[in-house]
Amino acid sequence: MRYSLFSLLGNTLGGHKGWQPTWRDAAPKPSYDVVIVGGGGHGLATAYYLASRYGVRNVAVLEKGWIGGGNMGRNTTIIRSNYLLPGNIPLYELSMKLWEGLEQDFNYNAMVSQRGVLNLYHSDAQRDAYARRGNAMRLHGVDAELLDRDGVRKLYPFLNFDDARFPIQGGLLQARGGTARHDAVAWGFARGASDRGVDIVQNCEVTGITIVDGRVTGVETTRGPIAAGKVGIAVAGSSSRVAAMAGMRLPIESFVLQAMVSEGLKPIIPGVITFGAGHFYISQSDKGGLVFGGDLDGYNSYAQRGNLPTVEDICEGGMALMPAIGRARILRTWAGLCDMSMDGSPIIDRTPTRNLYLNAGWNYGGFKATPGSGLVFAHLLARDEPHPAATELRLDRFARGAVIDEKGQGAQPNLH
Amino acid sequence: MRIPCPYCGSRDVSEFSYLGDAAPQRPDPSGDASSVEAAFFDYVYLRDNPAGPHRGLWYHGAGCRSWLVVRRNPSTHEILDVALAAKEPVA
Repeated sequence: MRYSLFSLLGNTLGGHKGWQPTWRDAAPKPSYDVVIVGGGGHGLATAYYLASRYGVRNVAVLEKGWIGGGNMGRNTTIIRSNYLLPGNIPLYELSMKLWEGLEQDFNYNAMVSQRGVLNLYHSDAQRDAYARRGNAMRLHGVDAELLDRDGVRKLYPFLNFDDARFPIQGGLLQARGGTARHDAVAWGFARGASDRGVDIVQNCEVTGITIVDGRVTGVETTRGPIAAGKVGIAVAGSSSRVAAMAGMRLPIESFVLQAMVSEGLKPIIPGVITFGAGHFYISQSDKGGLVFGGDLDGYNSYAQRGNLPTVEDICEGGMALMPAIGRARILRTWAGLCDMSMDGSPIIDRTPTRNLYLNAGWNYGGFKATPGSGLVFAHLLARDEPHPAATELRLDRFARGAVIDEKGQGAQPNLH
Repeated sequence: MRIPCPYCGSRDVSEFSYLGDAAPQRPDPSGDASSVEAAFFDYVYLRDNPAGPHRGLWYHGAGCRSWLVVRRNPSTHEILDVALAAKEPVA
C-alpha cells in the first residue's frame, strides 16, 4: 500500500485495522538471479536499487538474524558528505543527494533531517586542514562553509569557547548534512524492494559459498542451498568471515565502535557537532536523547560491546566541549562492528571468483553511505562494471599503491 | 577488560596500547622481485581477522613497558594467554 495523507485518514476512520505489513517476510526459493548476503542497510538498499533502477527483480536478500539488526541498528544516524579525497567524495555526495530525495523515492518516512554537521577546529593547523577540506568539497560541488569563532558562537553559544587547552577557533559546516532515522531507512528500503518482488529472507545464515570452475553458483545456508547467478556480499563487520568462505583474505580487521544515548531532554542541540581536538561527536535524536560517540576501542574485536576506558574518554571529550551536558544520565551504550580497511575507505568491487561481488570496508562511513552504496553496488551487480562514483574503491588498490587514506595515518586500521 | 601482564599481574586495558595482529611476519626481502612484492603486500595489508582466538601485540606502556603477545577471543573479550613478545619464536 502507498502511504499518503489519504491512507492515514482512511485508516484513522477505519480504526487503524487496515494497515498492511510493511514488507513480506519471504521463504527462500531454490534459485535467484542475484543473492545478496546481508540484510543490513547496504544489502537492502542494493536490492531496492537493483529492482527499481536496474529492473533486476528475481533477487533475494539473506539475513542471518533480522533485517537491520546488525550495524544498521547500532550507528549514530549521521549523514554527511564532507570528505577530502577525490576517491571518496563522489560516492558520499551521490549518497547525500539520494538522502535528499529518499523519502519521496521510496514513499516512507525516514525522518531525514538536514540539520547541519559542524566540525570544530582548535588550532591554526586544523583550520588550514579544514579550509583545504572545504575547498575540495566545493570543487566537487558539495556545500561547505568555514566558520570563524563568532560564526560558531552564533550557532552554538553554549559550547565551551574558553577551554584553556582546546579553545574553539571555528568550524567547518556542511549545512546539508544531518541525521536520518536508521531503522526506518532499513524498513523503507525493505518495503521498496519487497514491493518490487525481492525476497527478504530472515534467520537464514550463509554457511558456504558454492564455487564451480572459478564461478560462483550459489550459497549454502541454514535454510538449505540456494542457487544464484550472481552473489553480492554486503555484511560489513563480518566481511572477512564471509569472504573466507570464498577463499579470500581481505585488507580488513574488525573493530568495535561504541556509541551511547542519554535520557530524553528538551531540544538543546540543533545540529550535529564534532569536537576536533579529541574525538567526540554528538547530535540529539527527535525523541530527545543525546546520541554521541568517539573513538574505536582500538583493538580487533567482534564482541559488539565495548570497554569502559573508551566510554570514559568519550564522556571527557563531551564535557570539555559542552559542560552543560554533564548532568544528563546515560541510558544505554552499545557497540557496532567496523570493517576497518587498511586505508580507512570502502571496497566495492568484483572478486577473483566470477560473479561474486564484494561491498565491504565500511569503517565508520557505513550509515551515511547507505543509499549511495546500494546504488553503486546494484550498478556493479547489474552491469558488471563499476559505477562512475565508485571507480576508485577497487579491491586491488592496495596492491597498486593507490590507497585512499582519508585520515593520512597509514596502513593500520586502529589509526583511522 | 583486564590483561594479566607476566611481570605486573592483572592490569586494566587502559595501561596498554595495541599495535595489531601478531601473525604477520616481515618477509625476507631478498629473492625474486615479484614474489617478494606479493609477500610484502600480504604482510602489510591482508589479515585473517578471525572471530575466534586471535594473537595481538600489546605494549604495557603504563607498567613494565614490555611488548606482549596476547591471545584473546575477540568475540567475547576473553584473554586466553599472555606471553612476552621477546620470548615468542619468530617464524
